[in-house]
Formats: sequence, C-alpha cells, structure tokens
Amino acid sequence: MVMVNLILILLVGGVLALLSERINENMPRKIALGIVVIDLLYFLNHLLAMPEFNQLQTPLVADPSTWIMHFKADWIPAFGISIELALDGISLLMVLLTLVLGAVAVSASWTDVIVRRGFFEANLLWTLAGVLGVFMALDLFLFFLFWEVMLIPMYFMIAIWGHENRGYAAMKFFIFTQASGLLMLVSILALVAVNHSATGQWTFSYFALLNTPMAEATSHWLMLGFFFAFVVKLPVFPFHTWLPDAHTQAPTAGSVILAGILLKTGAYGLIRYAVPLFPDAAMEFSYVAMALGAAGVVYGAVVAFAQTDFKRLIAYSSVSHMGFVLLGVYAWNELALQGAVMQMVAHGFSTAALFMIAGSLQERLHTRDMREMGGLWHFMPRMGAVAMFFVVASLGLPGLGNFVAEFLVLLGLFKVDPWMAVIAALGLITGAAYSLLLMQRSFQGDLNPKLADHGLVDFGGREMLTMAVMMVALVGLGIYPQPVLDFAEPVLQSLLETTP
Amino acid sequence: MMFELVWLIPFIPLCSSVLLMLTAGNLPRLLIGSLGVGSVGIAALLTLITGIYFMAEPVPFELTLWSWMQVGNFAPSVAFYFDGLTLVMMSVITGVGFLIHLFSTEFMDQDHSYARYFAYLNMFVAAMLILVMADNLLLLYLGWEGVGVCSYLLVGFWYKNSANGQAARKAFIVTRIGDTAMALGLFLLFTELGTLDIQAMTTVAKETWQVGDNMPLIACLLLLGGAVGKSAQLPLHTWLPDAMAGPTPVSALIHAATMVTAGVYLIARTNGLFLLAPTAMMAVAIIGIATSLMAAFTALMQSDIKRILAYSTISQIGYMFLALGVGAWTAGIFHLMTHAFFKALLFLGSGAIIHCLHHEHNIFKMGGLRSRMPVTFWSFMIGSAALAALPMTSGFFSKDQILLQAYLLPGMGPYFWIAGLVGALLTAMYSFRLVFIVFFGKLNIEPDRDTGWRMAIPLTVLCGLSLIGGYFVIPVQAVFPPLSDEHPALWVEYISILVPVIGLLLAYLIFHSRQLRVDGIVDSKIGQLLHRFWFSGWGIDWLYDQLFVRPYYGLSTMLKSEPVDAMYSLIVAINQTFNQLLSEAQSGRMRWYIVSMVFGLLVLISLALQISPEVL
Repeated sequence: MVMVNLILILLVGGVLALLSERINENMPRKIALGIVVIDLLYFLNHLLAMPEFNQLQTPLVADPSTWIMHFKADWIPAFGISIELALDGISLLMVLLTLVLGAVAVSASWTDVIVRRGFFEANLLWTLAGVLGVFMALDLFLFFLFWEVMLIPMYFMIAIWGHENRGYAAMKFFIFTQASGLLMLVSILALVAVNHSATGQWTFSYFALLNTPMAEATSHWLMLGFFFAFVVKLPVFPFHTWLPDAHTQAPTAGSVILAGILLKTGAYGLIRYAVPLFPDAAMEFSYVAMALGAAGVVYGAVVAFAQTDFKRLIAYSSVSHMGFVLLGVYAWNELALQGAVMQMVAHGFSTAALFMIAGSLQERLHTRDMREMGGLWHFMPRMGAVAMFFVVASLGLPGLGNFVAEFLVLLGLFKVDPWMAVIAALGLITGAAYSLLLMQRSFQGDLNPKLADHGLVDFGGREMLTMAVMMVALVGLGIYPQPVLDFAEPVLQSLLETTP
Repeated sequence: MMFELVWLIPFIPLCSSVLLMLTAGNLPRLLIGSLGVGSVGIAALLTLITGIYFMAEPVPFELTLWSWMQVGNFAPSVAFYFDGLTLVMMSVITGVGFLIHLFSTEFMDQDHSYARYFAYLNMFVAAMLILVMADNLLLLYLGWEGVGVCSYLLVGFWYKNSANGQAARKAFIVTRIGDTAMALGLFLLFTELGTLDIQAMTTVAKETWQVGDNMPLIACLLLLGGAVGKSAQLPLHTWLPDAMAGPTPVSALIHAATMVTAGVYLIARTNGLFLLAPTAMMAVAIIGIATSLMAAFTALMQSDIKRILAYSTISQIGYMFLALGVGAWTAGIFHLMTHAFFKALLFLGSGAIIHCLHHEHNIFKMGGLRSRMPVTFWSFMIGSAALAALPMTSGFFSKDQILLQAYLLPGMGPYFWIAGLVGALLTAMYSFRLVFIVFFGKLNIEPDRDTGWRMAIPLTVLCGLSLIGGYFVIPVQAVFPPLSDEHPALWVEYISILVPVIGLLLAYLIFHSRQLRVDGIVDSKIGQLLHRFWFSGWGIDWLYDQLFVRPYYGLSTMLKSEPVDAMYSLIVAINQTFNQLLSEAQSGRMRWYIVSMVFGLLVLISLALQISPEVL
C-alpha cells in the first residue's frame, strides 16, 4: 500500500496545488515542495522501519515475494490486468532519485514561472507521479498507462510554459514518445497473446510473462518493440533529435525533470523489461545496441561542442552521457551494469544542476546564447564556482559520482569488447572539450560590458541550498558509492542469471 | 604510530582548500595567506617527521582508509602506500610546495582573488600528494586527474583574458588524451591481472607474463601515453609552453617541480611492469632523448623568459625519461628531485623579475638587472649553473649519473650518451644566454621595487638546495632493481663534465662578450628558416592544428544543424504534402466531387473485372 500511497500523494497534491492558486498565487509552489518532501519522508520513514531493509537478499526476478515490497490488487480480472507494484533495489534508487530531483525541480522554478502557477505545479507533481508509477509498476498494462501519464503533463509543461519555440518542441517530444510507445504497446499485447496461447491464461503480470516460451523470430520482433520505446526515451543516437528541442524549450523545472528523471525511465525499461523478457534475443542484439551507444557517446559530444545555446549544449551532453548507459546495459556484466545504474543517478544530479544554472542565467539575462555571455564569474562568483563544480563532474572528474559510473561502464565494456571501449573512451576527451568550452563562453573570458546593466544577482540562499544537496550527493557517490552499489548489486546478480 | 597519521598530510591542505572555497574570500587577507601557507607547512612538517621515522626503520607500509567501491572482484580501496620513493616525492611536493606558497603571498598580494588562488593551490598540493601516496592505480588516477583540473584552474586563473582560458583548456584537453590512454591501460591491467593494487599487480604480472610478451608491452605503452601527456613529452608536449599563462608561482610548483614529473613517477612506480616490456623501455628512452633535444633547440630561440624555462623543463624531463628508459631508475628520480629545486628556483626568480618589472616577459627588454635585484641575480646564477650541470651543483650529480648510465646501455648506449651531451651543451647555452641578456649589459627597464622577505626567503633556501642537493642520498634502493657496479671509461666521465662548461663559454662568447659573431649564420637563409622553425617549436602546434583541431571544429560545425534530424523532417514534409493534396481535394464544389466519384467507381469496376471477370 505504501507504493500506492506514494503515487496518490503526488496525484492529490497536484490537485491541491491547482486549487491553492485561488487562495494565493505563491501557494502552489509551497504546496508542491511540501508534497514532494512529505512523499520523500513518508517513503524513507517506511523503508527504515522495514526489518528486511538492512539485509537485502538477492531477489529472484520471477518471485515477487523476494522483493523489498510487493503489492497486488485486481483491476480488470477478465484480461488478467491488476494493479501490481513492486520495489527492488534498482527501483528503490530510482524512486529516491525521482523524489529528490522532484524537490530540486520545484526549487528550480521557484521564481521563473509567472502565469498559471497552480496548473504548472500540478503538472509537475503529476509527471512525478507518472514516473514513480513507471518505476514501480510490474503489470505491463499498468506500466504502459503510467508511461503515458508521465508524458502528458510534461507535454503541457513544455507547450505552455516553454520558451520561444515551445509549440514545435512539445509536439516533437509528444510524437516521438507516442510513436515509440505505440510500438511497445503492440509488443506488450503480442507478448500477452503469445503467453495466452502457451498457458491458456490472460495475464499482464511481469512475473508471469518472464520465461514466456516463444519462437525465436517472435522474440526478436517483440524485443525490438520494447527496445524502440526505451531508446527513444533514453535517448539513443539516431533517435535523439527530440531531446535537444524539448530540453531547450522546456521551462527550467521541465528540463530538470526531463534530463534528471524521465531519461532514466528509458534506461530502467531496458534493464527491467527489454533484456529479461527476451534474454536470448537481447543478447544477440547486444552488439548493435553497444554500437549505437558508442556512436551516441561520440556524436553527442561532437555536436555539443558546436552549440551556442547554453541549454542545447547541456542537452547534447545528455545524449553523450546516456550512450554510456546503453553501453553499460548491453555489455551486461556486473561491472558495466553497476556503472549504468550509477550513471543514471549521477547524471541525474549533475545535469539537473546544470539545467538549473541555465535557467538562472536565462532568468537574469533573458538569453541562452553564449555569444552574449562571457566573464559572468566576475558578477556572479558563487554561481560560477557552482557551475565549475558541475562541469568538472560532468566531464568525469574522479572523486565525483560521474567518474565512478563511466569508469565502471568502460571497465565492464572492456572485458566484453575492448575496441568498443576504446571508441567510447573518446567520449572522455570530447567530453572535456565541450564542458570546458561551456565554462569558457559563459563564466570566463572577456567581460561583456552590456551584462553589467542587467543588475546581475548572484545565487542566493535557496539556490545555494539546492545546489549543495546535489554537490554533496555527487561527492558522496564519488568517494563512497558503496551504498548505491549495494542496493543494485543483488538485483543485478539475479538479472544476470536470467540470460544465457 | 606516525604512520597511521600519514593521511593527515594530504588531508590538511584539502581542508584548507575547502574552507577557503566555502568562505569565498570573506576572510581577512592575513588569515587566507596563513591558511594557505600554514596548511602546506604543517604537511611539510608531518612529512619530515614521517621521514625521520621511516629512515630509522625503512620498511614500506600500507594504510587503508576505506574500501572505495566493490563490484565483484574489482575492489580498489582508498589506501596509501609509503616507501622510499613516496617519501622523496612527498618531501619535494610539501617542501618546495611550502616555499612556493610563501613566495605566492607576496607575488599575489595585490590580486583580488587571493582566496581563490590559495584554495586552488592547496587543492593541487592535496591531489598531488594523493597521486604519489596511492597504493592502487585507481586512486593514483584520482590524484592524476585532480592535479590536471587544478592545473586547468590555475593556468586560467586570470579568467577575464580569454587567451588564458584557451591555454588552460589546451593544457587540460591535451593531457586528457594521454589520460584516456592511461585509463585504457588500467582497464587492460585489471582485465588481465585482476587487480589494480600496484604491489600485488606487479607480483601477478611477473607470474603471468614473460619478459617481451605483447600484453605487458601494450599495457606499458598505454601507461606511457598517460605519462607523456602529463610530463609534456613528445608528442603531447604542446600544452606546457602555453600553460605559462598562469601566475608564475603556479608555473614553478605545477609546471616545473611537481605535476609535470608525475609521468616520471608513474613509470618509476610501475617499473616492475616496464621491466617485462623491454620495447616499452626503449620507447621511453627514445621519447626522452628526442624530446630533450627538440625542446633544447627551441629554448635557445625563445625570447619570453617563461617560455625558455618551459621548454627547458620539457627538455629536462626528457633526461628523466631517458634515465628511466635505460633502467637508471634512481638517477631518474634523483634528477627529478634536483630539477625540482633548481627549476622552482629559476621560475620563482623569473616571477620576481616579472613582479618587479611591470609584468614584462621579454628578455630582450630586460638587461642589467644584476645590481638592481641581487637576490634574484644570484638565484639565477645558481639555478642556471645547476640546470647546466656545472660541476659541484646538484644538477651535475644527477645529470652526470644519467649520462654515464645511458652510455653503459648495451647497443644504443653510446648514441644516447652523445645525444645527451648535445642536449647538455644546448642546456648550458640557453641557460646562460638568459642570464647574460637579463642581468648583464645595460639597464633597460628600471624595476619599481626589489623582492620582499616573503620572496627572498624561498629564493635563498632554494639556492641552498640547488647547490647542495646533489649530496643528498635518496632512500630508493629498495624500490628499484639493483644496478651493476660497472663504470664507463674515465674519458667518458671527463667529456661529460667538460661539455656543459664549453656550453657556458659559448654562451659567454656569443651573448655577452660578443667575440663570437653568429649574425652571419643567423641571417643566412637557412639560418632564418631554422630560427623560425625552432622558434615555433618545430611547427608541431601548427601541424596539430591542421591535423586535429581544425578538422574537429569543421566536423562539429557540420553536425551542428543535425543531419540526423533531416530524416525526421523529411517524414514531416511528406506528411504535409499529402495533407495539402488531400485538403485541396475538399474544395466544396459539387461538380468536382461527382466527377471524382464517377472516376473512382470506374477504376474500382475495372479493377474488379481485372481480378475476376466472371462477376459480370
């Protein structure tokens, strides 16, 4: 029931935020922040009270009773559809990440949304609810439902509160996700049908659908349906083109949630569904997937280097960084998978912070064009120092979380395919090139005299507190990543056993 | 007891750095300076105490702080390993580091970002200490990248000038190329040997691999890639001369005494691996001597005082690489130490000149400073003598050892020796060219002040070290395999001693007394060409620009508009075309509808007849 409550709190909270606008237009943001924090505390409180929590056992992938939490209630019994939620180490990490970054997102848009604030915060909370659902649903029908639920409020956030080209970006985001989601829906229905013809039972339960016997060709096609939906979301070269537009045009909170959390649903889907449901097909396909991942790492970095739009550059850096996740998943050994999970968490923080900085700059300068920036450190040293921290985090400085992630991915990948690792390692060099250029063009370099007129205000207490949370998280992940690794380890072990 | 506390040595400067960052310059200036200098001073003191304990009972020890991460059998710890080599490196880092921090308090006195400077500099010291204290290659890599970032931050310290930013990014990215090779080396070593713990790894390597196998060769070459990047050796040396954009004490600490010798340390530390790969050793020696000569020729042509010293550093590290490559490990590390003394001295000396001469860098605009800046003058005399390896200076002892042991290498030995002598001749020439031009002759610019005590003390101490450093005995016998007791013939030794003196004489005749006229050679066509060629650093920057930088910019600009997206735009365009066609069909005119309906009906009927004629 805890899991259901987690989602309900956010859904109801959204309605509250919407209504509260009538009382006071500053109410919604306070309510939104309160709701997310309450949700987080509620979750932590429940976790810490669980006796099993301190001794995580290796769960059996197909046996939900060995998971940390499991909930099942009938919904549409005729088709075997139920409200089935479950939580293992990886979903737990993702839920935590979602709630923390959710709070960050509310803080990030504290001042930059000025119209229809209630509806904005409501959309934000509903997106979070959808994401939590995606991370916890283990009934494929329910999973698909949540997949759509998180999409629609995000569409509104971009379309209503986005920047100058928001209509195009929102539509592109919607169509890409929708079209690929449709393929997944077909795959889900076909999988259920195949299972029905084999067992005579209608069921959408993940646990029942694992190990569905099917012909080799069938499994290939069904796997591709899932694969497409997830890699478009991740995103993977060459299906990434919705991302730069959506991230750039979205309001700050939208970018934070998109980059920090929504992309991770793609990675989560690959680990949870695309491989375990079709182990043989996925393993045969792994070479193609890794090649796409390596291509994405390099391509994203090269394109990022040429950008003049602050946000767009960060958006392309996400394409590059998510390439590492794809590589990690399809290298499919413990090191690489741990790296992929770590990358999901670390990238969530580093990119969310960079998008927040981008938002702050836009709010102050009314532009994202780096050609009109330069020397900002002089006016805003705190923001400059914070930006420097997250830039070196994102280029993989050891001692910070992103390094652990990339190192583990590459180390695991090297065992599987050394040459692929060599290509992906080029991302370390190209990554440094665009990251430092970002810093140079905005905060360093010649002072732009026009900027002084903007009355630039440095980061204040709210911003510094938000940034500090993420800095501490990245340093923690960098010098003592073991807690995260320990959560993921038993799950990854059992997942690894599902494949030949 | 002391050994359990060695973690404090990097921890104290780290804390000071974090504190300076968090307070963001809101502390009083005196406190900032005290924190910056004091933290490194305490680290130096602790190093000294640890050293005394260690010398009393020289047994290497390990200290594990915590398990960094554990994934399967990949379990690197945050752990330190302390032996004679570590001690030498730590002494140089904290000792010379302390002097340079003290010097900086005066050099940076007028700077607005006083706290930021010391925050970075302290952070650098901490990272460098971690690099040399790490017991496994992953932690070493942390220090390695850490010093890289600090170097980037300090080269670009005066960020308002975009040229400085350019130099900083060049330094970081060029070394990152080497670092990436090194990371691949780490992947290979772990995949093949199952550990990154340096001591354990060396043991396993000796059991798994034979001398001359391919695996150790590849692994060593990848590590060498990291080493040439950090230590500014061919082909990745191009960043160092540009890195002189940073404040001069930074150049002294990072780009002369410590960070740039990290590559030498890395190879010395993994000597067990390199001994399994003789080809890699040969590569180290050849890279070393080639770099040494290339940089020495270039140094002779420069006019910027810091660039001369930068190329000189590249050249001297080349000697260290030569030493490592011929198996003269101890001599290589010994030269690392003496070089840290005299090159830090020279850089600080040049810093004093720049400080007192309104940021003038061009040596031809200086002159006659001997009487105006006596401390600096004597610093340069002693530093240059040591750099040129004149007898009885510290540089003499270390370089002499390298040359003689290179000579003893079977096969290539004598060639290395001769090339090394040419380098030594050039070294003496360019160092005293600098001295004669800057300190003798007529006074061109009047210095507006002389050095204060905070500059004079570090200079004086380093003068002393540059003179007597050659008599130090470094406790590294246990770290490296023993050398044979062979000695080269006496005439070889005499020539090695004599060559630097000849270089000094030549410099005197050409650049001071002008008795030896070289204008004819310099002004000839070939002379001009060579001058330009050497002045530009053998055109290597230009070459890289054509080969890598421009193509990368080009590719990036080409992809900026996203050719991939064109594919999706095409789908959209097709859709829109059909949409247009179909919407035009809905014209609202009855005639048009009837005609098209009749036409459609006809097509359908004829199709039906085509398929099954019997329907009629």
